[in-house]
Amino acid sequence: MNDCRYPVRYRISSRVEETHDTVTLTLEPAEDAIAAFRPGQFTMLYSFGVGEIPISVSGPPGQPLLTHTIRSVGAVSAALCAAQPGQVIGVRGPFGTSWDDADAAGRELLLVAGGIGLAPLRPALLSALAEPGRYRRIILLAGARSPAELVFAAEYDRWRESGAEVEITVDKADARWPGQVGVVTQLIGRAHLDPARTTALICGPEVMMRITARALTAAGLSGTSIWISLERNMQCGIAECGHCQLGPLLLCRDGPVVNFQVAEPLLMVREL
Amino acid sequence: MSVVRSELASHRFAVGLTQSQLDRLAAIASSIELAAGTRLFDEGGQATSLWLIRTGQIALDLHVPGRDRLLVETLGPGDELGLSWLLPPARWQFGAVAQVRVSAFELSSAAVTTLCESDHELGYQLSRRFLSTAIGRLQAARIRILDLYAAPSHTAGSSA
Repeated sequence: MNDCRYPVRYRISSRVEETHDTVTLTLEPAEDAIAAFRPGQFTMLYSFGVGEIPISVSGPPGQPLLTHTIRSVGAVSAALCAAQPGQVIGVRGPFGTSWDDADAAGRELLLVAGGIGLAPLRPALLSALAEPGRYRRIILLAGARSPAELVFAAEYDRWRESGAEVEITVDKADARWPGQVGVVTQLIGRAHLDPARTTALICGPEVMMRITARALTAAGLSGTSIWISLERNMQCGIAECGHCQLGPLLLCRDGPVVNFQVAEPLLMVREL
Repeated sequence: MSVVRSELASHRFAVGLTQSQLDRLAAIASSIELAAGTRLFDEGGQATSLWLIRTGQIALDLHVPGRDRLLVETLGPGDELGLSWLLPPARWQFGAVAQVRVSAFELSSAAVTTLCESDHELGYQLSRRFLSTAIGRLQAARIRILDLYAAPSHTAGSSA
């Protein structure tokens, strides 16, 4: 087993431009691979000479290849987004809790994504689609800023064909857009949920997750049936440095996937 | 086409109404089908109806001279279309067009107003639903203004 304190070298085997500022990198191990990840977990990606950032795994579990979807928002993510096939980067992990903790088997599995928040949910969706009959329904509600900023857009029809109910909405579009326009919470009322039998996984900007979780509780879901993916300043990944503290939680270990009943009071503390 | 209570009862707007209230509402509703591309109304027109969408998708839009229409919002199954009739001058603020085939219940605003004035308990129930629709649209518009999915201008304490 690799020591999670040190990066393992991975070579970029493919690079897909999702949007103008977001790419998906597929990585193959250049030496011993890191341990298998579970949906929802993240790794620390190291652009040598630039720095290291936490990025959730966005590809299917159970494969030697690692997939990450990265948005260019700073120096390290820009360097990773610009990296080309053949280039070597460092990977530490996997770290943190998993969507598997929600244990939604036999229930309606609702995934609500905002923007690039679809990336950390994608492994959970692909796992669910790979197990027909494990869930009563698989529903994906995804929102984005505009049609041009939808990630994994080429896969939506395939997910539908595999059994998922997929509803996409954008904040803004021109009249040629045939899809829905509005915020993702407006899709909840149209989804005909059975609140007592629904487990919801939410990932997106923190405000979007708060609003969505509130809309779901208003629709009848209990807080314990709602799980969100939280991010703070993850650095060590092994709960030693304390940079990612959120109240009593160290999110690199106790997150990123946290039950909403635990997270809700922490999200309302301004100093956290 | 006339509407029976059981059909109306399955619509989200009608959840919580009593059977007699449903009967009275169904009596003034008609079931309609709209082909894709059908325009229900245009900005500035007299607002005389409301619709409870059963299936399909309707776009609210706005005409801008010299440009494509602006797509404001879309409404879908379970949504209520049409609030401008509630208050004077009862003119549509936006246009509405069926983007795909739509089935809906259509109600005359005059008939709804008469019903509310003759039966205050039902009027109260319907008013709460119209208010809920309006608040939902207001909150959604506010959230969209926040532009939550925009790239962060900076990430505190990090060069991510």
